[in-house]
Amino acid sequence: MLILTCPHCGIKAEETELHNGGEAHLKRMGPGSSDEAFEDYMFARKNPRGVHLERWRHVFGCNKWFIAARCTMTLQVFGTYPAQTPAPPDHIVQAIRAARPDWNPTEEGVSE
Amino acid sequence: MPDTARSGRYSVFALAREAMRQHKGWNRAWASPEPRKQYKVIVVGAGGHGLATAYYLGKNFGITDVAILDKGWLGGGNTGRNTTIIRSNYLQDPSAAIYDKALKLYEGLSQDLNYNVMFSPRGLIMLAQTEHEIRGYKRTVYANHLQGVATEWVDPQRLKELVPIINIDGPRYPVLGGLYQARGGTARHDAVAWGYARACSDMGMHIIQNCEVTGVETEGGQVRAVNTSKGRIGCEKLAMVVAGHSSHLAEMAGFRLPIESVALQALVSEPVKPCMDVVVMANTVHGYLSQSDKGEMVIGGGTDHFNNFTQRGSWQHVEETVRALVETFPMIGRLKMLRQWGGIVDMTGDRSPILSRTPVGGIFVNCGWGTGGFKAIPGSGWAMAELVANGRPGPLAADFGLDRFREGRFIDESVAAGVAH
Repeated sequence: MLILTCPHCGIKAEETELHNGGEAHLKRMGPGSSDEAFEDYMFARKNPRGVHLERWRHVFGCNKWFIAARCTMTLQVFGTYPAQTPAPPDHIVQAIRAARPDWNPTEEGVSE
Repeated sequence: MPDTARSGRYSVFALAREAMRQHKGWNRAWASPEPRKQYKVIVVGAGGHGLATAYYLGKNFGITDVAILDKGWLGGGNTGRNTTIIRSNYLQDPSAAIYDKALKLYEGLSQDLNYNVMFSPRGLIMLAQTEHEIRGYKRTVYANHLQGVATEWVDPQRLKELVPIINIDGPRYPVLGGLYQARGGTARHDAVAWGYARACSDMGMHIIQNCEVTGVETEGGQVRAVNTSKGRIGCEKLAMVVAGHSSHLAEMAGFRLPIESVALQALVSEPVKPCMDVVVMANTVHGYLSQSDKGEMVIGGGTDHFNNFTQRGSWQHVEETVRALVETFPMIGRLKMLRQWGGIVDMTGDRSPILSRTPVGGIFVNCGWGTGGFKAIPGSGWAMAELVANGRPGPLAADFGLDRFREGRFIDESVAAGVAH
């Protein structure tokens, strides 16, 4: 069972208390973007085998959105941070790198 | 083992002949050759869909210069992990067409492959347990009539006759009726993979197990080869048929797919005497129940709600599924569960599969079957073979292209069923 700590209320919540909101840090496309960019934003997903940054909502708690850094192969959790953060903060990047030295946040397209 | 081994035809006479000589004359069902340097077509993924694709490439298009690669053993992924349910009662026309093609092929598959896949058209019922489901399933019945797929709406009394162990007036999830497809049923999942594998091997195709693809080599936007744990293997065409790992393979070729992978799990009880001779699906509570020929009650549940590749499932989904099923089938409350397992399924946004050309010339994908791929194996292979052989989709695959996402032509089965399925 997946257990995540909500960064807003500080509660350690198990997965039935939470709702998954999919890949985090997507660049939002809208009017003026190309068809390809809009299609990518709407549908194309990284679906990584390994480190994944994803949105979660503490639905049966404080009801706020946050982002979790997690490994999809082992379910290891590297940390959580509020959804308003535009890129993973340093302590999360360090926690991921400590376990997955090869992981590169710029390749993930999340640092700009 | 030579790569030209033929398995010999199975028949009652062969059985009698072998019985007379201590069964010493049986050959291996398929050969295990070393890969050649080059093939016309490489199929990645020796599960049901990949093997069926190869089989119909040979049977329908005469293309037998084919290798089927798998990183593990054949049929060891979702083909060996599903709950073996076969049906074609879909709402949308393109879905009904491909799933009903699959069902029709299943009906003659044992004869076609000369391999008993134990197809058992025992009938299938989807329970309506809310007012919303009554309306939804009646709509599906009307749609099925227009599609030429025989289904009917049954009331609770008739349903109780069909499924004597069911409790139709449960306090929380009363049974209000059901969508009944008498032609639906189950088949032996491993046998489907084994039967196709044997037939492919007999046509001279190479099934190469324990051969993981580690890279895709392209040149000028055209596929040239795959790099594998057994070296570089050249190909003119590449079919990616790897379910939950499709995104990973597509990334090697330099494109992304509208796919997310999640774990789906199932469990079986200890074997009991025959008590239920239809398949029952309760979509509101995510519980699917049938009895195997060994007597085990086979139970399928819902998916995990987050991306993962763990192939193990999670206990709270077991609890959720069984808690709901115990109300509808009180007798299973007394059963012990024997085994539980998970598989990685590839979900698309509209819960319909992708059979498509890709941005790379010569590469074709067959993926996105999500939680319902087993029932589609023959139809999927049929349509995929047509796509790979001709380089363009035939009528069965035409609506399932990748371009449907950009163009908004969804085949929305997630709304139709109300759940993943």
